[in-house]
Amino acid sequence: MTIGLAHYLAVAAILFTIGVFGIFVNRKNIIVILMSVELMLLAVNINLVAFSAYLGNLTGQIFAMFVLTVAAAEAAVGLAILVTFFRNRGDIAVDDASMMKG
Amino acid sequence: MALQAIAFYLMAAVTVAAGFCVVSARNPVHSVLWLILAFFSAAGLFVLLGAEFLAMLLVVVYVGAVAVLFLFVVMMLDVDFASLRQGFARYMPIGLLIAAVLAVEMVVVATTVSTQGAAKHSPGPAASGTDSALSNAEAIGRVLYTDYIYFFQAAGLVLLVAMIGAIVLTLRHKPGVKRQIIMNQVLRTPATGMKLVNPKQGEGIDA
Repeated sequence: MTIGLAHYLAVAAILFTIGVFGIFVNRKNIIVILMSVELMLLAVNINLVAFSAYLGNLTGQIFAMFVLTVAAAEAAVGLAILVTFFRNRGDIAVDDASMMKG
Repeated sequence: MALQAIAFYLMAAVTVAAGFCVVSARNPVHSVLWLILAFFSAAGLFVLLGAEFLAMLLVVVYVGAVAVLFLFVVMMLDVDFASLRQGFARYMPIGLLIAAVLAVEMVVVATTVSTQGAAKHSPGPAASGTDSALSNAEAIGRVLYTDYIYFFQAAGLVLLVAMIGAIVLTLRHKPGVKRQIIMNQVLRTPATGMKLVNPKQGEGIDA
């Protein structure tokens, strides 16, 4: 009944898989894609913290904090790009996002 | 110990279920709310692991800032979300296939690592590393502000750049909006501010 490292790693693996799955099935909706990326980063954080706790080393938690920082920055910039794209296009379908190049 | 196991299974199940609802919800607003639930239960998992500081950080940063940012954007954009769900069923089989392969691979690796890797010899979270006299936050602070100070500063720089970038991307000047330009007010002289006119008898002045 004791909860080992494998349990946490399994939860993180399932969560990461759900994130990948979400990117595949919501190909058009970029908001849900961004949320799936957040889920994947959360899974990575669970991995880092689980290893940190079970190996008795704080570095994992520090690294998880930096991952959190980057995730916040990524969400802010991603949503800003999304808002700009919506203003120009009136739509957020990812299919025609290639018009942004150049 | 049994209580801990029950708490773990409860939070793990809620996290995974909420995560699945994030990607499968019809309405993106519901997706964001499920995302918040997933973050909350993941924070519970962090508490179980003894990482209280990160759990608080997760609640404050993710739930308080990132998820609410998502919520604002989803509500602000007036998009027909039904049309964006086209192809959901089409990509379902390939998505499920890849997800299944990925999940099996990662679970196999995880169990191998935890049964035969370095973690096998570890004491477990109860006796994790640092002195038990220190709280989790204090222990993190001691490492973060000494060994990792440059990384900490770099993280601040990343946030600054992201903030400036987001502002630059979304800032726009609407034409036709009158603004106060203090420079012009200060530079105003009687010569530019006044105009002497000599109206003729019986006629008006057109500005």
